[in-house]
Amino acid sequence: MKREVPLKVTIILIPLAIALCALGVYRGEVAIVLNKAINICMECIGLG
Amino acid sequence: MDKTYRNKKARKAAGFRKAVQFGWGILTNSYIKGFMPGNPAIYRGKLKKICVPGMNCYSCPGALGSCPIGSMQAIFDNRTRGIGAYVIGYLSVIGLFLGRFVCAWLCLFGLIQELLYMIPTPKLTVPEKADKGLRYLKYVILLVMVFLLPFFYRTGYGAGEPFFCKYICPVGTLEGGIPLVLLNSTMRGALGWLFRWKFLLLIFCIASSVFIYRPFCKYICPLGAFYGLFQKVSLIRMRVDEEKCVDCGICAKACKMRVDPRKTPNSNECIRCRDCINACPMHALSMNIGPGQGTVSKPKTQNIID
Repeated sequence: MKREVPLKVTIILIPLAIALCALGVYRGEVAIVLNKAINICMECIGLG
Repeated sequence: MDKTYRNKKARKAAGFRKAVQFGWGILTNSYIKGFMPGNPAIYRGKLKKICVPGMNCYSCPGALGSCPIGSMQAIFDNRTRGIGAYVIGYLSVIGLFLGRFVCAWLCLFGLIQELLYMIPTPKLTVPEKADKGLRYLKYVILLVMVFLLPFFYRTGYGAGEPFFCKYICPVGTLEGGIPLVLLNSTMRGALGWLFRWKFLLLIFCIASSVFIYRPFCKYICPLGAFYGLFQKVSLIRMRVDEEKCVDCGICAKACKMRVDPRKTPNSNECIRCRDCINACPMHALSMNIGPGQGTVSKPKTQNIID
């Protein structure tokens, strides 16, 4: 069996992913998500 | 261990997983007002700032959260402000903790496919070569339909399109399109070729799910493809205790995703449903936090009592 990825790699990657998410929040991407999600997405349901 | 006892244990574990899937599906789609006939209104509250971890259309009348794949495309569509960091970071955090655990435990569409597969009919096995090739399709879909086209393509008016949601996603048709069209007569009047195309895809997906285990998850789902990238680095990982394993192959036979846990316990295709763990008569498989080192226990020569 191949050697497994050490746990410390995961431990390093988690804060990086959280930072990326925080960057998105800072850039106002949450508002884009909310705006899309609270209106019926015509493309998603096959009408748009 | 006695085989009957083992089957009973596996059935109990499968029942528990179904209960979690059902519970999660109901919890995240519990906006009852949305299902009222006449003029249905989807939930417009603050919870929709957050994406649910599995495939769940945000236009489903009951949905309380957002669809991660739809949200990613919406951000790319608005590229003057969005680079997708919020959703990519959010999904990466989930992937780094759980990998594809979400697919087996917290995805409503996964549950629907499993229920369809429970219909007693002869089951199909996709030939190994075709199966192997088709598995790459979901990565192509993730790259082209979710990332590249929504980011770069613009119509004459400068608007982008959620390509995956618009042309492929059967989840939107099933959870959003059909209920909304049934509940709203105005929408029924607006049906065109796109709805018919998506409806056809949905029928194909439903029909194939009766004969093939989770075909959408195996070959199409961009979210499963994304989480799959984290399988080898996620906190939760599958582990084979090589001291206990007797190479009987029962785990590989139990896996409906066609993974051999002895060779690739953390394969991108493993959805961490625990079927192999429950099937193993030697207790050689487990799901742990981080990589395991293997422990010395029973020798490999021990027989399996079936």
